[in-house]
Amino acid sequence: MDSIPFLILRRLRRPLLLLLTVYSIAVLGFTLIPGVDDNGNPWRMDFFHAFYFVSYMGSTIGFGELPYAFTDAQRLWTMVTIYTTVVSWLYTIGSIISLIQDPTLRDTFILRNFKKNVSRIKEPFYLVCGYGETGNQLVRAMCQRGLRSVVIDKTEERISALQLQDFGIYVPGIYGDATDVELLKDAGLKNRFCKGVFALTDDDLVNLKVSITSKLLNPDVKVIARVEHHEIDANMRSFGTDHIINPFDSFADLVSLAVKAPSFYLLQTWLTSPPGTKLLEPIFPPKGRWIICGYGRFGHAMHKQLGNLGIDVTVVDANPDETNPPKHFVFGVGTEAVTLREAEVETADALVAANDNDTNNLSTIMTARELNPKLFLVSRQNGSANDELFQAADLDMITYHNRVVARRTLAIITTPLTEEFLKLARKQEITWANQLVSRIIAVIDDEVPHTWVINVKDGSAKAIMRSLKEKRPVHLRHLLKDPTNRKRNLDCVTLMIKREGKTLLSPDSKETIRAGDSILFSGSGDAEIRMRRIARNYEDLFYVRTGVTRPSGIIWRKLFIEKENF
Amino acid sequence: MNFEKVLFAFFILLAMTLNFGFFYGDQTDPSQHHVYELFAAIVISLIATIMKFGDRSQVGAVLLATSLVADLQLIAAATVWGIAVYGLNLPLNASVMSTIVSLSGGALLANIVSTILLVIETIVARR
Repeated sequence: MDSIPFLILRRLRRPLLLLLTVYSIAVLGFTLIPGVDDNGNPWRMDFFHAFYFVSYMGSTIGFGELPYAFTDAQRLWTMVTIYTTVVSWLYTIGSIISLIQDPTLRDTFILRNFKKNVSRIKEPFYLVCGYGETGNQLVRAMCQRGLRSVVIDKTEERISALQLQDFGIYVPGIYGDATDVELLKDAGLKNRFCKGVFALTDDDLVNLKVSITSKLLNPDVKVIARVEHHEIDANMRSFGTDHIINPFDSFADLVSLAVKAPSFYLLQTWLTSPPGTKLLEPIFPPKGRWIICGYGRFGHAMHKQLGNLGIDVTVVDANPDETNPPKHFVFGVGTEAVTLREAEVETADALVAANDNDTNNLSTIMTARELNPKLFLVSRQNGSANDELFQAADLDMITYHNRVVARRTLAIITTPLTEEFLKLARKQEITWANQLVSRIIAVIDDEVPHTWVINVKDGSAKAIMRSLKEKRPVHLRHLLKDPTNRKRNLDCVTLMIKREGKTLLSPDSKETIRAGDSILFSGSGDAEIRMRRIARNYEDLFYVRTGVTRPSGIIWRKLFIEKENF
Repeated sequence: MNFEKVLFAFFILLAMTLNFGFFYGDQTDPSQHHVYELFAAIVISLIATIMKFGDRSQVGAVLLATSLVADLQLIAAATVWGIAVYGLNLPLNASVMSTIVSLSGGALLANIVSTILLVIETIVARR
């Protein structure tokens, strides 16, 4: 049962009782007190007139003494009732106002509205727990792609900020404890449209609880959790969290990928960057000696990844008791030239500023550059407030954990095939990656390539389905043609076909398309739009297949089909 | 003993008895149905209704419903009275009076149900 009307009624019981009592006594008084009519005859007010008089007197409207002028006794009673009715009205109105401002009632109202808004969503949506920088970026990017989301955050300010932001799509948000099962349910965890839950708070334990609750209450839902400690990572894996994102590991992995083979790194960054990102200069991290300043979680992950590649690493750390660095570490923060010299920065090839303090990191970078201008510089960024400083510092690589998480989450939900592709791609030869990168570079301008998937099924690819049903085979090369002029090819590259659980990396363009295929492409945004057109529009598909523009009118088509006998 | 419970039962019973007092007598005879008794019945019935506000139990909800029915019937009776006498300037004749009294009879039925429910609730609670 909805509790709000009951809550209001209960609180208003006393003022309403008071008002009723005062009014009844006033009305009763007027019917009992003798008066005179306009001819001086004795007259008594009846209930009708008494209630009429009290009604306008109590509300301070005051039409005057109706229907006849009052006697002194009636005026005396009027004086008494004016004060009592007005005071009881004031009390009632005061109670109503304090009721409106009551925090419990307000929270109940907010929660009710939130629930209503969530239940109104009639399309797939994602539940985002934690609306910090990561959540904010993710929700913004999801809205740009037309994906619905619902937000929970523990602070009221962030939710107010959410309500003020204009994403073009309404995003319901509520503040509260994301580990509260009831709140998660209110936010639509068990809703059939809920496709995924993202645990993105900065507290690993909260993320753990959110993941486990989601997996227990709705096993079909996709759970993506952010985690920064390895013990909790292992715990989450144990109950089947779909994706666990450790921003430090992810980035360390990316750096090691770049050291190993720059083309793999390029593929990875291109395919996971949001569309519209400017193409960055290719980087070539050195394979020589690296210095890591700060042996925290990020430093740790970097050390491990570089160590796996057999790279010589010098660690600089100021809290050896807590962080437990390797034996031959250099003591110090790394911001002073003395420490860096001790770490032999002059002969090193690369330096990672991995502290959890942006000022220290920037200072380390500046000092190191002065001592050795040729250094390859990587820094960890901890807050978006310093964006401009990090840009100005002209670093080779920047890791910002919030951004890493937002980007990876988005990549997982928007193009799940991309994740799979990247995993497979890593196992390929470097020459394969180099070739693919050069093919992609050939079709794009100065922005990262768009990545898209064509699912061969009814709906978005209904033209292909129709063609297949009519036993007219469609080949991959048909999709790669420009529907306005089939002599031209679209600016895109086929990355992978997924068919019945098997995957086919960079397939041949003669490959026949079958129903149920998922095909991953990468290329310009224009190519994506045109290819989707082919997949959906039978006339366009017909044209790219045969080179004949098929008439779309019924009569013409009849004549045409009989004549040409297609 | 709970004072709130006493007051609650008091008003429910009083609403019923006053209602009965107005209803009792020759249905067509205005002299047997006094306007003050109707007024008192309405006021007490409204008080009884307000006192039931905010009770979230099942019995509380049904009590509130029966009470609202009684209010509605009694206010309808008073409105008929007012409209007939002041709106249409009719004399308080047998047909008007019988309408008023039968409306209050309906309210009496609702009040009786209220009382029965109250008794049942008391018995159940004592167990």
